[in-house]
Amino acid sequence: MSTGPLPLADRTITEVGELLRSREVSSRELTEACLARIGRDGERLNSFLAVGERRALAAADAADADLAAGDRANRPLLGIPYALKDIFVTRALDDAGQPDGGLPTTAGSRILAGYRSPYAGDAEGRLTAAGAILLGKTNCDEFAMGSSNENSAYGPVHNPWDESTVPGGSSGGSSTAVAAGQAFFATGTDTGGSIRQPASLSGVIGLKPTYGRVSRYGMVAFASSLDQCGPLTRSVRDCALVLGALAGHDPRDSTSVDVPVPDYVAALSGEVRGLRLGVPREYFVAGMEPGVEAAVRAGIATLESLGAEIVEVSLPSTEMGLATYYIIAPAEASANLARYDGVKYGYSAGEEVLLDNYLRTRGDGFGAEVKRRIMLGTYALSAGYYDAYYVKAQQVRTLIKDEFDAVLTDVDALLAPTSPSVAFKIGAKTEDPLLMYLNDACTLPVNIAGLPGISVPCGLADGLPVGLQVIGRAFDEATILRVADAYERVAGFADLRPPTAHD
Amino acid sequence: MISRSDVEHVAALARLGLTDAEIDRMQGQLNRILEAVGRLQEVDTSHIGPTAQVIALENVMRDDVVRPGISREAGLANAPLREGAHLRVPVVLEEGR
Repeated sequence: MSTGPLPLADRTITEVGELLRSREVSSRELTEACLARIGRDGERLNSFLAVGERRALAAADAADADLAAGDRANRPLLGIPYALKDIFVTRALDDAGQPDGGLPTTAGSRILAGYRSPYAGDAEGRLTAAGAILLGKTNCDEFAMGSSNENSAYGPVHNPWDESTVPGGSSGGSSTAVAAGQAFFATGTDTGGSIRQPASLSGVIGLKPTYGRVSRYGMVAFASSLDQCGPLTRSVRDCALVLGALAGHDPRDSTSVDVPVPDYVAALSGEVRGLRLGVPREYFVAGMEPGVEAAVRAGIATLESLGAEIVEVSLPSTEMGLATYYIIAPAEASANLARYDGVKYGYSAGEEVLLDNYLRTRGDGFGAEVKRRIMLGTYALSAGYYDAYYVKAQQVRTLIKDEFDAVLTDVDALLAPTSPSVAFKIGAKTEDPLLMYLNDACTLPVNIAGLPGISVPCGLADGLPVGLQVIGRAFDEATILRVADAYERVAGFADLRPPTAHD
Repeated sequence: MISRSDVEHVAALARLGLTDAEIDRMQGQLNRILEAVGRLQEVDTSHIGPTAQVIALENVMRDDVVRPGISREAGLANAPLREGAHLRVPVVLEEGR
């Protein structure tokens, strides 16, 4: 908890946006403040894989010119510096095939080392159109497979709250950049919790939209029926602003849904009276840390004191979520990652015979967790096991989804922990894949059902951040943002910042 | 339980070259994971249909019109091997194999 005003780099988009509009600060100053933090802490925390300083400053100067001219389009993200998880492609080649000054894309993998995308993804496109300033690409677990950021081929990310611990994953570089004042917001991807869980462990806000709400065009694919792009921010209002910029139909993604994007900021009434909020008893699982449970229960009590009606509900198939996910996600991953063949782009082992080149390119290019998931997925899809594993998991997926849908006709949203633990020591869980997978027990059922979920800080346990998760109906991000914002306003954790929050 | 030769078979299907040490490690880990996910067999799904995706979209079409795309040079720029306007692929059939 700070005593004076926070340094510029640690404030919210909402605060610095007002300063930009009143011309008290410039976009260049904001950009320089983030770049200074990246320069001071970036290498130690290992949060960025690429930084584009020159381009960022040029874009900031252009934003300052737009602001001086009055920004008639009234773009709330104009001049705001941000980072993209390195799973989002950024255009880095001109039409002649030459490097154009754009940033490379690696997906945290050795197999994409040096890859330069010939096109811009939807996230880069929309945020550039919104006037936001791209600072760089953040570290992440390889192909977004992980819950600790230790699976990156470029080394682990250190949590600024305690640098001997992980920031969570797979969007751990993004959660760290936002927590440590290196960017005013960042994008993440969430397949089983990869936005919400690192947000929880890093003390920031993270929102996974409804499947289909945000385009997946230009997002390196992991599990195509589960992946979604969403924002990580330092306030719920900021999260609403960024979601508004990212959301919307994109014909280039055939699973992008053409439904209107509401004004998410306007939904933040600060009022939860009249809302029925369900607490699924199965989410308070054995093995949850007592400090986490206490903080989450206190958060639920705060919402009750604000006038929300709290009811206990049951989602009995929750315990099958992990098993369902660890068949469906690896199966889809094994198909998606077949494209890394050492022929079209990326690393190639240089073998003279094609089959040998496939084997060595993929054997050398992928890390241990990615290989494990490719193997698991290939096995689950192989002849003789397809029905027993893959079809069975798809049937249980139906059960999980139907239970959510039924409960969410009775309540407006659900309240749950985001993660069963706070940030853990680097190396503590790397030897046991199953232990690592348990980190996502409270988040992955939400992906299985395709619903939106947000994590909002609800205090500290042992000095480390805890997240409260709010889960909503499909395409009702407005309600979960409203609940999280009403909570944030009174909970007293809005100014929580790690020890890096000083100039 | 999956055997060492099962692991080798699946690795061949996935075109993953694994070292002997990796195969040993993978066999143990996959067996533990498969035992955990095997819990799904306890669930009665005899009257439940499968869910492949959660949104009610199907057969998304676009107009069949030519649109600008990625230039040939940009499309080939990341290729490990190329020959003129083409990707070069290592030999598929080796003499004597």
